[in-house]
Amino acid sequence: MTDPLRRRSLWFASAASAVLLTAACGGTTIDDAQDDGGAGPTGTADPNAEIPEGLAIDFLPKQLNNPFFDLVNEGGFAAVEELGGEATERGGTEATADSQVEYVNAASQAGSDVIVIAANDPDAVCPALNEARDNGAAIVGYDSDANCTDVFVNQSTNELIGRALADMISDELGGEGTFAVLSATPNATNQNAWIAELEEILQEDDYADLELVDTVYGNDDDLESFQEMQGLVQAHPDLDGVVSPTTVGLAAAARYVSDSEYQGELAVTGLGTPNQMREFVHDGTVGQFALWNPNDLGYLSGYTGAALQAGQITGAAGETFTAGELGEFTFETDGEVVLGPPMVFDADNVDDFDF
Amino acid sequence: MTPPGTPAQAPERPPENPSATAAPPKGRPAQRTRQVRELGVLLAVAVLITATWLHNPGFLSAQGVRDLFLGATVLSVLAVGQAMVLITRNVDLSVGSVMGLSAFGTGILFVTFPGLPVPVAMLCGVAIGAVCGLLNGALVTTVQVPALVVTLGTLYAFRGINHWWADGGQVNAHDMPAAFLALGRVSLLGVPLPAAVAIATVVVVGLYLAHYRSGRELYAIGSNADAARLSGIPAGRRVLTAFAVNGALAGLAGVLFAARYGTVDSTVGTGMELQVVAAAVVGGVAIAGGVGTVYGAAVGAVLMTTITAALPIWQINQFWHQAVVGALILAAIGLDRLLALRTARKLGGGGARGA
Repeated sequence: MTDPLRRRSLWFASAASAVLLTAACGGTTIDDAQDDGGAGPTGTADPNAEIPEGLAIDFLPKQLNNPFFDLVNEGGFAAVEELGGEATERGGTEATADSQVEYVNAASQAGSDVIVIAANDPDAVCPALNEARDNGAAIVGYDSDANCTDVFVNQSTNELIGRALADMISDELGGEGTFAVLSATPNATNQNAWIAELEEILQEDDYADLELVDTVYGNDDDLESFQEMQGLVQAHPDLDGVVSPTTVGLAAAARYVSDSEYQGELAVTGLGTPNQMREFVHDGTVGQFALWNPNDLGYLSGYTGAALQAGQITGAAGETFTAGELGEFTFETDGEVVLGPPMVFDADNVDDFDF
Repeated sequence: MTPPGTPAQAPERPPENPSATAAPPKGRPAQRTRQVRELGVLLAVAVLITATWLHNPGFLSAQGVRDLFLGATVLSVLAVGQAMVLITRNVDLSVGSVMGLSAFGTGILFVTFPGLPVPVAMLCGVAIGAVCGLLNGALVTTVQVPALVVTLGTLYAFRGINHWWADGGQVNAHDMPAAFLALGRVSLLGVPLPAAVAIATVVVVGLYLAHYRSGRELYAIGSNADAARLSGIPAGRRVLTAFAVNGALAGLAGVLFAARYGTVDSTVGTGMELQVVAAAVVGGVAIAGGVGTVYGAAVGAVLMTTITAALPIWQINQFWHQAVVGALILAAIGLDRLLALRTARKLGGGGARGA
């Protein structure tokens, strides 16, 4: 029960710093940015604008206590520290839009300058976010976008992820064979987009000998993913590989195969974290897997929010800004900046990462 | 509908089940209908397995059989414990959280004390469960609050403790000793060790409930708590024991979960309680207490996991899965009602009206 207390003290800290901020520097940059904020990416950017110190930047993950978001926000906090701002993490332990609305309101009332949010619902959080914007906050989406953010920091693009999946399974199967996809829930937006992209890439000549025979859903649940794996190998006795574009699914698939007679026969790859997959990379079940670096995602989101609030960027296509040690980023499309292609892990580098 | 979990009162219930009053002689009509009831579920399992096997012979390959055994292990162990509690006319909704706490506890022990012998960690997992169960039982018996409410509270409380304990962390396969993860690979007379443990649990608890005085007394308490108390049965102590045993079994399920799935975070077992109650009800354990056997509950669990395992092989859309399980529960309850009415009529008529 220490969490709410800690959160409250941070709440006061950020509220206090916000008050100080507005009192101390009622200067031009912030006010300008606030005006721009309401209009989305249509204002004019000043690439030379200074990022003011003491920005109150709030990170609202889908849920607290989620290992992935803990890492993302760690990166975000690092960015905010470099910028001399105040970072706060807000959220509940359940990934629901309702609870998230409360935390958006809390951030707004605390005078947040930047809200970085992984939306639990693209629409439900919007009224609260719009209100926060009216209060002067810049709104940045990360991981999953809401329909009303100023800028979305995409961990990668669907195309880049689809291609990484296609390349990995092609590599594992020597460019030839049948494979199936073990996904999250049947209506998971991200996974469905990646699978659609993967299917499109498979039409290319380079992948002509690869055949995607089935797509099943383990609902991001260990038990169900296990059972779907069982069903897959029984329904397709000649299956050569499995691609799982979800960390839960990949860990379950790898665990199932490592403990069955299919180890070494059935290639397993997809999106996973090094800590989850280490065992299976070393025992030979998994040759390679990929994921974006969650730390970098949070770090970039933090810098993007600060740059947006300072007026360096508005989110219009073609704008560039520098995100600390990650270097320069360019908006390829309106309102979206992309971290890059996912990183591939294998036996050579998996031990260099701890997340 | 009589609310479950009110041990203090058992209003004018028809004598629909003679097994409620200590061990009845074999062959009484009602006893026979109960046996038919459990045989019916067993038959459903057999039909399902045969049909799926005919559809795809891979379903009963060596690996397939092993998967079926292992898949049913966790739910069966939980269902046995839940049946004990249900028979006393209580319910334990916190089993999912208890299982999660024990699974995480077992995992984290391996992380904290890398050299810890496997049996010690397993015993600790069971002990965590037993303590949680004792707490539930103590609250139910001393405070005299309906078990439904108490365990709904502890469902959230235990989960909260788990979130706090995990603090976003996760125990991965590589954190656990190979000997522990290999438990699923060891076989006893062709049955995987975890499944053998589950079968032993079912048999031991089944024999206890059927042949031991204190076991029979659980039925008496569930049928009519007042009458049981008046006839000298220490109802409070028996109910406390049922909760403690159920907790210990949930702890055991958590240990088996960790060994089988290799990835444990603070969400393990979320939502499991409803599956467990469903399995027991499908297996003929009456939610109103005093009726049912642990064999029935275990077979109910096997039926439910077999359905989950069979659906992917029939390539039936996952969206149907929950609908199928729901229909099954309704069918089971309908069947129970029908049997109860028939028994009541045979026993001298009219009694079932208005019950």
